[in-house]
Amino acid sequence: MSDKVISTDAVIVGAGPVGLFAVFELGLVDIKCHLVDILDRAGGQCTELYPEKPIYDIPGLTVVSGQELTDRLMDQIKPFGAEFHFNQRVESLERRDGGFRLVTDAGTVLDCKVLVIAAGGGSFTPKRPPLPGIEQYEGTSVFYSVRKMENFKDRDVLIVGGGDSALDWTLSLQPVAKSLTLLHRRAEFRAAPASVQKMLDLVDKGAMSFKLGQVTTLHGEGGRLSAVTVKGADGVTFEQPVEVLLPFFGLTMKLGPVADWGLNLEENLIPVDTAKFETSEKGIFAIGDINTYPGKLKLILSGFHEAALMAQQAHHYVYPDKKLIFQYTTSSSSLQKKLGVK
Amino acid sequence: MARITFIQNDGTERVVEAEPGMTVMEAAVKNAIAGIAAECGGACACATCHVYVDDAWREPTGSPEQMEEDMLDFAFDVRPSSRLSCQIKVSEALDGLVVRIPEKQF
Repeated sequence: MSDKVISTDAVIVGAGPVGLFAVFELGLVDIKCHLVDILDRAGGQCTELYPEKPIYDIPGLTVVSGQELTDRLMDQIKPFGAEFHFNQRVESLERRDGGFRLVTDAGTVLDCKVLVIAAGGGSFTPKRPPLPGIEQYEGTSVFYSVRKMENFKDRDVLIVGGGDSALDWTLSLQPVAKSLTLLHRRAEFRAAPASVQKMLDLVDKGAMSFKLGQVTTLHGEGGRLSAVTVKGADGVTFEQPVEVLLPFFGLTMKLGPVADWGLNLEENLIPVDTAKFETSEKGIFAIGDINTYPGKLKLILSGFHEAALMAQQAHHYVYPDKKLIFQYTTSSSSLQKKLGVK
Repeated sequence: MARITFIQNDGTERVVEAEPGMTVMEAAVKNAIAGIAAECGGACACATCHVYVDDAWREPTGSPEQMEEDMLDFAFDVRPSSRLSCQIKVSEALDGLVVRIPEKQF
């Protein structure tokens, strides 16, 4: 764990559109923010699930893609200098005097006065193939990401998938593993053509194997995998000896550690009041798809509204002695100064 | 109107009515058909609305385009009849369509 503690006014969990707009609303009331997101860039579902897809219900924009909306929001919040912590998930929440301490799985420690959970459908986590008994091998023989290369050293490794993750790890682990086999259901790949070519070159050299098919059964004992049954693309099944399996089937959203933070939950959503969008705990807010209240609609625009109201209440905690006077960006010179309007 | 039959892995069947223009996924979600998660809401980005199209209906429903084929890589137990139901548009010609829902969508 890094011994450097970051102190800030607000931490926003989730850098999707609503988390990003929260930076804007908090910025207008002089609240500085840090954002944490499991993905490697801003945008959340907008950029992860549908970067090219049109969104038609953002007020004032007839049509905008998920990526463009994200880019525009990033531009809009630039004056507020929020700091981003990507590729990290907030694991723990500790209540402290006058605020909270959050620790991420990358060891980042953040102290804040208010916490804003804008985590959408939860954090993106790798999909677990519904193979019977797969849980018993996870962490010993089945991995969904590569954290330590030594887990794969001198082992018989099977990588399943045809996207960039599968191909990138095939190329990285091939020199380390005892043997490496890539298994994919078809001969076409989503992955970058250059990576596919490199992989095929390695196959030509006899340095690794590529097989067509899908895993149907796992074999092993005591958390140690010994083989998998594969249904080949031709329908013929075969056994593949394997010590380590890396399945890459994309990401799904799971609530994750938020569930263990001691907040009231209703069916994996966080109930909030509709005046402040505060959770069951003072100083902890939930906005966007992750919250619930009577009449809730999971729309980006609802999240924007929630962010605005949340910021008003957050101001009370960050500046308990200051009275907040409501102002419009159109006419307030002090707000315009914050926005860098000249 | 087109009638669509959804058959679960355990054999239970439900027939729903769908309007031309909507997708088979939308028809499933609107009628609370179990097993169609449609996590991404129809953006062809999650492979959680995977179905097997009944053999008799494979020709009228057509075959997946490249984006859908790519996304099917993220589905489990993909077969030649596999489709993502968010990419099948309902039309009068599909009245009577039969699709099966996989045992699991992940």
